[in-house]
Amino acid sequence: MEATYAILVRWFPALAGWPTWAVVLLSAGLPALVLFHFMALMPLVYVYAERKVSAFMQDRLGPMRVGPYGVLQTVADAIKLLFKEAVFPRGVDRKLFVIAPLLVNVGAFLPFVVIPWGARLQPADLNVGIFYVSAISALSTVGLIMAGWASNNKYALFGAMRSAAQIVSYEIPSLLIILVPVMIVGSLSLQDLVLAQQGGLSRWFLFRYFPLMPVAFVIFFVAALAETNRAPFDIPEAESELVAGFHTEYSGFFFSLFFLAEYTEMFVVSAVASVLFLGGYLAPLPMLQQIGPIALGSFQLGPIALGWFWLWFKAWVLVFVMMWLRWTVPRARVDQLMYIAWKVLLPISLGLVLVVGALVLRRSTANGFSWDRWFGWPLTLLVVGFLFAVMVRALLWNRSRGRELGASGSPSPVQVWR
Amino acid sequence: MREWLQNVWEGFFTVLVGMRITWRHLFTKSVTLQYPSEKWQLPPRTRMRLFMKYEDCIGCGQCVRACPVSCISMKTEKRPSDARPIWASTGHPIKLDVTAFDIDMSLCCYCNLCAYPCPTFCIYMTPDYEFATRDLTEHLYRFAKQDAVFLTEDPKKKPEADPKPGASPAGATGA
Repeated sequence: MEATYAILVRWFPALAGWPTWAVVLLSAGLPALVLFHFMALMPLVYVYAERKVSAFMQDRLGPMRVGPYGVLQTVADAIKLLFKEAVFPRGVDRKLFVIAPLLVNVGAFLPFVVIPWGARLQPADLNVGIFYVSAISALSTVGLIMAGWASNNKYALFGAMRSAAQIVSYEIPSLLIILVPVMIVGSLSLQDLVLAQQGGLSRWFLFRYFPLMPVAFVIFFVAALAETNRAPFDIPEAESELVAGFHTEYSGFFFSLFFLAEYTEMFVVSAVASVLFLGGYLAPLPMLQQIGPIALGSFQLGPIALGWFWLWFKAWVLVFVMMWLRWTVPRARVDQLMYIAWKVLLPISLGLVLVVGALVLRRSTANGFSWDRWFGWPLTLLVVGFLFAVMVRALLWNRSRGRELGASGSPSPVQVWR
Repeated sequence: MREWLQNVWEGFFTVLVGMRITWRHLFTKSVTLQYPSEKWQLPPRTRMRLFMKYEDCIGCGQCVRACPVSCISMKTEKRPSDARPIWASTGHPIKLDVTAFDIDMSLCCYCNLCAYPCPTFCIYMTPDYEFATRDLTEHLYRFAKQDAVFLTEDPKKKPEADPKPGASPAGATGA
């Protein structure tokens, strides 16, 4: 808020003379408004992306009818959902039934308060930032249980109970892993966590204490997947076992609120993961942190900070990995889910906390191992190169297969285009 | 402990293997056909909508008897002896006037059994499959025509033997 105030005053000096309440309303309301619209409209893009990614992974085309390449499909779906009647089945607890989706959304929305989009582009730099995020996002569990209970439906209640058990289980390894970067930095503020990773990709926490922190990142990511009820941990809404889990009885607008919350939570955990491990709004190369200043004749293009882009980009990559996992891995059973949380993730994360804590206390390894800087770039290039190679191979295979089909002249029932 | 580590590593590694497969599929061509704008190229002998060439039908009724679901109904009358002789394009003389030839495509089971016994190959299945209608009765196709133009001379006859006046060289006109 202070940062917003400073930016506003720099652009509009007249603002300094305004009454305090107006200034507070403006400097707190503007980021809230921007972030709210960001949150409310981005799921349209997520859902479209998810449907396209899933379609491409299954060799389909996905939505193609509404608008060019189906880009307006989710808009049409959203409008349809908004205009649909919100059905209240007999026997539901009306008050809780209405409050539940709102509460889930509150839990998904409020973490945006502390997510840093730049050195000063942050609604509020709380000194308990990461703690605040995990505390507030646990609020959505209450909403889920409320929804399940208020629905007066056994499947909804099953879904809610499963969701509660799952989130309680996975909160522990995820919080333990959050402790690791916090121990390295010595602060809970997200801004401090990001600033401690300055100096390019090899300084990111992902590559600190080399074999340890990547493991920590994987554990955090898995726990985040489970906390957002994403596949392979989507047993609260497993459609083959429970009809739709906790939102079985919801329709229309209230259902779309649950949808909104799920996709926003995906973005929030991805953003938090990139703040903790991938340098937040910092660019992989320090020179990419801003554009300019470029002088074009008399026109001066001032330095444009790209922090928001990098955080957005990293979060999107992680969201994509979530979608990728969803369409790869089958759903875990309930006992497997508990096994993973309590017998795999918890011991490893506890061990990581102990080992990294000891390493941080040792003076010679307080800033990472001496070999850390050799792993950042080669590993990243390896991963990117591998993905690129697979992509090129797939494209070449495509091409050759198309030629095979086209050239042979065999009476293929499907016509070959291109 | 060793087994546990092995399980954890296997769990992690096999997920990566699966992710590699889905990544490869992310860039393979989709198999979807955007139906109304892109259509199947069906082979010419695909068994879809039935068609019957009325001018070639000799009214033998073998298709009616072959049909397992009785979707073809046919009415014939004996052609008067003083009427002008007509032939099917395969050379069969047409001795019966086919007054009605109806095929109910909503009953048809697309077995093609009607096409095999036809001596003049006048009933056959076409690759046309887009004949959905809003009313089921529109699936009753009436093939009998009032204004059919029949061959008035035997197409198998040797061309040098007395050409009739008024007949075209191709021999495809007549009343």
